[in-house]
Amino acid sequence: MYKYDAIDQQIVNERVAQYRDQTNRYLAGELSEDEFRPLRLQNGLYIQRQAPMLRIAVPYGMLSSRQLRKLGNIAKKYDKAYGHFSTRQNLQLNWPKLEDVPEILAELATVEMHAIQTSGNCIRNITTDQFAGVAPDEVIDPRAMAEVLRQWSTFHPEFALLPRKFKIAVSGTEQDRAIVQAHDIGMEFYIDTKGKTAIKVWVGGGLGRTPILGTVIREHLEWQHALTYCEAIIRVYNVHGRRDNAYKARIKILVKALGIEDFKQQVEAEWLHLKDNPNTITEAELARVGQHFEAMPYESLPAHDSSFDSAIASNPAFAAWLKRCAHTHKQAGYRAVTLSLKPHGHAPGDATSEQMAIVADLADAYSFGELRVSHEQNLILADVKLSNLFPLWEKARAAGLATPNVGLLTDIICCPGGDFCSLANAKSIPIAEAIQMQFDNLDYLHDIGDLELNISGCMNACGHHHVGHIGILGVDKDGSEWYQVSIGGKQGNDASIGLVIGPSFSAEEMPGVVQRLIEVYIQERTPEERFIDTVRRIGVPPFKAHVYAEKQGQSKDAANV
Amino acid sequence: MSNLIKDNAIVADEWTRVTPPSLGEETVRKQAGKVVLFKLTGEETFSAEQIAATQIPAGNALVPFTVWRANKDALASRVSQGEIGLLIATHEAIEDVMAEVKDINAFALVAVYVERFADGRIFTIGNLLRTRHDFKNELRAVGDVLRDQLFFLKRSGFNSYLIRADRSATEALASLKDFSEPYQGAVDIAQPAWRRTTR
Repeated sequence: MYKYDAIDQQIVNERVAQYRDQTNRYLAGELSEDEFRPLRLQNGLYIQRQAPMLRIAVPYGMLSSRQLRKLGNIAKKYDKAYGHFSTRQNLQLNWPKLEDVPEILAELATVEMHAIQTSGNCIRNITTDQFAGVAPDEVIDPRAMAEVLRQWSTFHPEFALLPRKFKIAVSGTEQDRAIVQAHDIGMEFYIDTKGKTAIKVWVGGGLGRTPILGTVIREHLEWQHALTYCEAIIRVYNVHGRRDNAYKARIKILVKALGIEDFKQQVEAEWLHLKDNPNTITEAELARVGQHFEAMPYESLPAHDSSFDSAIASNPAFAAWLKRCAHTHKQAGYRAVTLSLKPHGHAPGDATSEQMAIVADLADAYSFGELRVSHEQNLILADVKLSNLFPLWEKARAAGLATPNVGLLTDIICCPGGDFCSLANAKSIPIAEAIQMQFDNLDYLHDIGDLELNISGCMNACGHHHVGHIGILGVDKDGSEWYQVSIGGKQGNDASIGLVIGPSFSAEEMPGVVQRLIEVYIQERTPEERFIDTVRRIGVPPFKAHVYAEKQGQSKDAANV
Repeated sequence: MSNLIKDNAIVADEWTRVTPPSLGEETVRKQAGKVVLFKLTGEETFSAEQIAATQIPAGNALVPFTVWRANKDALASRVSQGEIGLLIATHEAIEDVMAEVKDINAFALVAVYVERFADGRIFTIGNLLRTRHDFKNELRAVGDVLRDQLFFLKRSGFNSYLIRADRSATEALASLKDFSEPYQGAVDIAQPAWRRTTR
């Protein structure tokens, strides 16, 4: 993974000093709340219900074991000994003290980490596929470009105070796993007809209050121009994006207001001035960054391992875990492994300091000392030998990290919700836990098969509920918490926004509602269909009918009594 | 004491900022003509009456763009004597300003007024004035200008900053040096880090 040089280190060190000074000025009363807000937000510090929340950047989800160990230590020393991995591949601490944050940042800087631009109206963490570099369907490893983008966007002077937050995702695979269509800019790397690396550029996607999938603004962009083309897009947005209404300030609203053709014309006109400026990426620079992402020193191994095969044959629990949590790999004899942070009945995406230390050890023992965070809020060891899968599983299981539910209904993607977040309308974690307990039967879960269930505690959509096969959104009705359900959302190349099935439900009703959605699926599915396929084939009405029929039925029964 | 930083030092402000008078019952126009300008809440566009009633004092005068435009011919000789500075608000489109200006370098001073700290349009305006319109003279940030914008303003082509009256310019000076080696190329340092040094 990328290693800092003197320039990178100096920038994070200077940031620590700058933020320490800003915090001191705030505590001394020299900065008002309003003046301090954009400064602390650009360093990932929110003021929440219980305490401040600090969001630490995990650039494109990559972590070394040393970094994860440090995160675990920081959580123990300054927080309640756990952290929350977010859908933006970052780590959030829920209980740090405002006055401790400069010290936390100083500790992070010792392991080449920071919290720069993890919030605020600026370019946020660049995200990508958690299997970058090892996925068999990968065309181009996007991590070098993601790092080039990270450096370019860090303290970009022209885009320091945009109308609203700005998210960029990059992807280099046949099957998109980075939800590029749900980002302000999505960059899809591919090999063009001349055999050169090119980028398909999406713009104006985003979830939140107004969910919109992105539109292609350029089918073919030579990779050298990635930065200058982004500059053209963001410049048009910076000047013309709305600043009078935060709910209408994202670039997607501007793109819709102007229409993609008009917007594109403005971007292209701007780009004519910016094209070939010194931010144009050179082969040498891409190669310099790229050397940090070269293939691991793999052993050359056969595609099969006899100890591995016999472990599968003799241990059904191990076999079940492999089926969900081990993923095919570019290199023969290796697998990528997902460590589930979704044990049933626990807050999705949370890991304790102890678990972080254990995962760091596992990464050192079995995966070249590196790991990744997925936007599904799990941890990934990307390079595990077949012969190591069994000992890895045993250790992960002992640490509560081997729930065989990756990609299943209980692998719930979930924001912190009303328990922590001051923006939330409703709690999300207790809903996730209740649904997990409702489906706490592994055979049944496996029979239901691939299903993505996403929960957001408010329309800001941190839980990406719009692209969940089942999406749950917390809403506020007259001061009490209700949940709106949508189905048919999907991430990937054929991404779609889910459709709301009808009036919202109380928290207590939610496990039953999910149960009834599943009943319709089980009854209607063809043998090869996943939940999402059935929804797409038969549409919302049969699901709606069953869910609400039951509801009406109940009230009728009650009336008859 | 002056609150003006110019080229890394605190200097006396030799310019008088001209503000059109408020005319009692005038209504604040939030948009001009059919073009919807997405402005910050509370941004003001001066009315024709206000512009007509504006007095431009003798000596160095920093004049809002719309006032200058209305008095273009009358001010021409003062512009050529270097007595008139042009004040652009962040919601005014730079193309509209440049369409009226024959030679931007005729102005000894161009200032950009930012009403709220969070309004980052000022950075693009500075960048365009320097890189696209080749403005060579003093480029000043005025309004809600606080020390934590200075590094970005400098990198966007500004070389003077009128710090908000209730804050110390002396302390603000330090923030010009918040970061020593920026990553990306911008106005002040055109080359990105990897072109400047061997990394």
